[in-house]
Amino acid sequence: MLEQLSWKVGGQQGEGIDSTGNILATSLNRHGYFIYGYRHFSSRIKGGHTNYKIRISTKSRLANADYLDILIAFDQETIDFNSHELRENGVLIADAKFNPVAPEGKQIRFFAVPLTKIAEENGSAIMKNMVAVGATAAVLGLSPETFLSYLNDKFLRKGEQVVQNNMNALKAGFQYVIDQGIELSDLKLAPGDGVERLYLTGNDACGFGALAAGVRLMPAYPITPASEIMEYLIKKLPKVGGHVLQTEDEIAAVTMSIGASFGGSRVCTSTSGPGLALMMEGIGLAGITETPIVIFDTQRGGPSTGMPTKHEQSDMYAALWGTHGEIQKIVVAPSNAEECFYMTVDAFNWAEQYQVPTIILTDLALSMSDQTVEKFDFSRVSIDRGNLATQEQLEAVAAGQLFKRYEFTDSKISPRVFPGQKGGIHHVTGVEHTEVGRPTEDKNIRNKMMDKRLGKFDGIELPNSFSFNGDEDFDTLLIGVGSTAGLIDEAMERLQAEGQKVGHLHIKVLNPFPTESVQKFVSKAKKVVVIENNATGQLKNIMRFNGVQGEFISQVKYDGNPYIPSEIFTFVKELN
Amino acid sequence: MATVKDFRNEVRPNWCPGCGDFSVQAAIQKALAESGKEPEEVAVISGIGCSGRISGYINSYGFHTIHGRSLPVAQGVKLANRDLTVIASGGDGDGFGIGLHHFMHAARRNMDITYIVMDNNIYGLTKGQTSPTSAQGFKNPKSTPEGNIENALVPAQVALSAGIGFLAQGFSSDIKQLTEIIKAAIAHKGFSLVSVYSPCVTYNKTNTYDWYKENITVVDTIEGYDKTNRIQAMATVMEHKGLVTGILYQNESLKAYEDLIPGYKEEPIVNHELPLSEDFLTKTMKEFV
Repeated sequence: MLEQLSWKVGGQQGEGIDSTGNILATSLNRHGYFIYGYRHFSSRIKGGHTNYKIRISTKSRLANADYLDILIAFDQETIDFNSHELRENGVLIADAKFNPVAPEGKQIRFFAVPLTKIAEENGSAIMKNMVAVGATAAVLGLSPETFLSYLNDKFLRKGEQVVQNNMNALKAGFQYVIDQGIELSDLKLAPGDGVERLYLTGNDACGFGALAAGVRLMPAYPITPASEIMEYLIKKLPKVGGHVLQTEDEIAAVTMSIGASFGGSRVCTSTSGPGLALMMEGIGLAGITETPIVIFDTQRGGPSTGMPTKHEQSDMYAALWGTHGEIQKIVVAPSNAEECFYMTVDAFNWAEQYQVPTIILTDLALSMSDQTVEKFDFSRVSIDRGNLATQEQLEAVAAGQLFKRYEFTDSKISPRVFPGQKGGIHHVTGVEHTEVGRPTEDKNIRNKMMDKRLGKFDGIELPNSFSFNGDEDFDTLLIGVGSTAGLIDEAMERLQAEGQKVGHLHIKVLNPFPTESVQKFVSKAKKVVVIENNATGQLKNIMRFNGVQGEFISQVKYDGNPYIPSEIFTFVKELN
Repeated sequence: MATVKDFRNEVRPNWCPGCGDFSVQAAIQKALAESGKEPEEVAVISGIGCSGRISGYINSYGFHTIHGRSLPVAQGVKLANRDLTVIASGGDGDGFGIGLHHFMHAARRNMDITYIVMDNNIYGLTKGQTSPTSAQGFKNPKSTPEGNIENALVPAQVALSAGIGFLAQGFSSDIKQLTEIIKAAIAHKGFSLVSVYSPCVTYNKTNTYDWYKENITVVDTIEGYDKTNRIQAMATVMEHKGLVTGILYQNESLKAYEDLIPGYKEEPIVNHELPLSEDFLTKTMKEFV
């Protein structure tokens, strides 16, 4: 029985590709399988090839597989574009309607199923997705009933007849494949463990994390692949008295966030590379005025418009150093949807505790692919707004005096106060300023203020700044950031299976960089490979910039697609 | 109750003697006191330029932002605390050059804030370059020595086109009129623009106090002027090339943005308890199963 397999459905954008994948993925997630769903889409509304790849496994696999076991084709283009991914003796199910031509030179099991015709016979051509799922169930040895709970959730409000029609279509597809009598027993899927888990994208988890963290305002401008965070909060914030405002641009989004934070709200905005570039002056304002804001940056292919629907990890330099002048900020990079949730909560707390702009960096593969993760534990969610002025502090301000919003303290963090509070009047300015916020060019105050702002993380390593797994006595250390975690784990397992001693260090906080901890791992390694999705080795250079000493071998990929596990496995293996 | 003195602080503005901005500062302070506001209930959010310094010269909460962005920051403040009186402020370069589209969007969005622009038809802080409101032919040794070849923007026309609900213009020489206008703008429930002709005595030798006095028409002197008539307002502004002061247009039936937000509460966000119930979070999480 198979412990994992890979399935893909493809066709024209707008043809129900997403819904086909969702039925399969959600239903199997409910039966305790681990799902990883990756969407391929174009920057257009309708038309153009699109596909949805789903990996089904009995344990967590957060990456695409090396090859496909099953391909469902709604058109010939899908076969032409994707059949090279099909493994030897894989399964191709194509709609008989377009007279599909099987790929040459490859041994496959080919089913021309009248998907559209069966759907029409059961009520409507749009149900061809159900027929395709039924055919899939037959291949995998799953019962059609596996999909009943999903169909009920999706269609019961439209009436029992609609559920029945869909079920009939699904069963007809199932039966059609069975009737061909082709041997499929090698594709029988091992059972899932039946545990209820979540199936969501990184964007969903970021949005939900922000909600749980107490965000109430989100000024944001739409951009791929970040818009879903905004769309999620557009639905949720009205339930808690909050609001998403769609701004005129990203400059307004970041500066309105600064205003909302100054006004006393927890606030975030979301964007991708081009928007992050526009936000830079505002991020500098948040830096010098010590105004906490949270920015989601879902990285995509750059530079400029680049490859807007493609994966890349190339905004790290921009996130760290894009602003003119010198400020301190927090940059975190979750590696899966679970971390997107918890680290977003952390980011909101850290932003207010350290009073710095905070960027949550994800990448397209993480932000848009669905994945199965354990349910969130809300006892791990707490809200800490940092140093807020007490009533006593406010009452101690003499009449005619201003509140010391930028008071010099040992921790370098000063008390915050919100407009409306008596005794708290002070001035805020992007000009260098005194403890009460008055503009100054006094060189001593300038030096002290710069040291206060830049020194906030002196000697501080934020919790969970990195993770390590693999062999404690590793010879080879693989280092990554963001969505590559699952890929690196798989490559590591294969290297270990060949007898190599391998460790996997994943960086989760890019600033303040956990230099000391990383150095300990790097120093122990005979070989260090830094794996990332950009052309210039940004993570490797950030490590060096932060003083990590060692020889680094760089593996980079920047063609717009995530790695597949064998690429990393082969690269590392061939280093010997 | 706070008096005008309570809105003053010890800072001496770095404006040149005779600058029109002094009058605007005084009118704002007077209008706030006469509107019954307390200093801590007011937030003045300003941009960059000579006039942008104004947030530091009024005793209230203040935020001196970056060039052109006072309005987005001000709208953020208002969303976080709808009980505050929020005043955004800056100059013609800040508001009608680099920040023009924020102004148009703020006008159509209609949040309850008051935007006070000090228009001197020149860039003062950078020492005298032509501005978007400088007239065609405007000569200035810095940027248009042969005369400005661009057309001047008429802010009042832009405001009306963007669907503004309160439009007024003032002149630094008439503090009494300006104070009354600002009071009305603060009282107006929605976005209000008070654009003030505020001469630059150092760099603008064309648009002087005397020049304005000769060219400005006070709208109250126009017989039968109806400030609720948007078409008449536009016609009057065009007829006078923008050089008309007073409350030019007011639509009191427009609802403010805050009053239209679904689920938005009377209680300002700043006072909300942030943690959500376990029950709510669990129910929300179920959507991902």
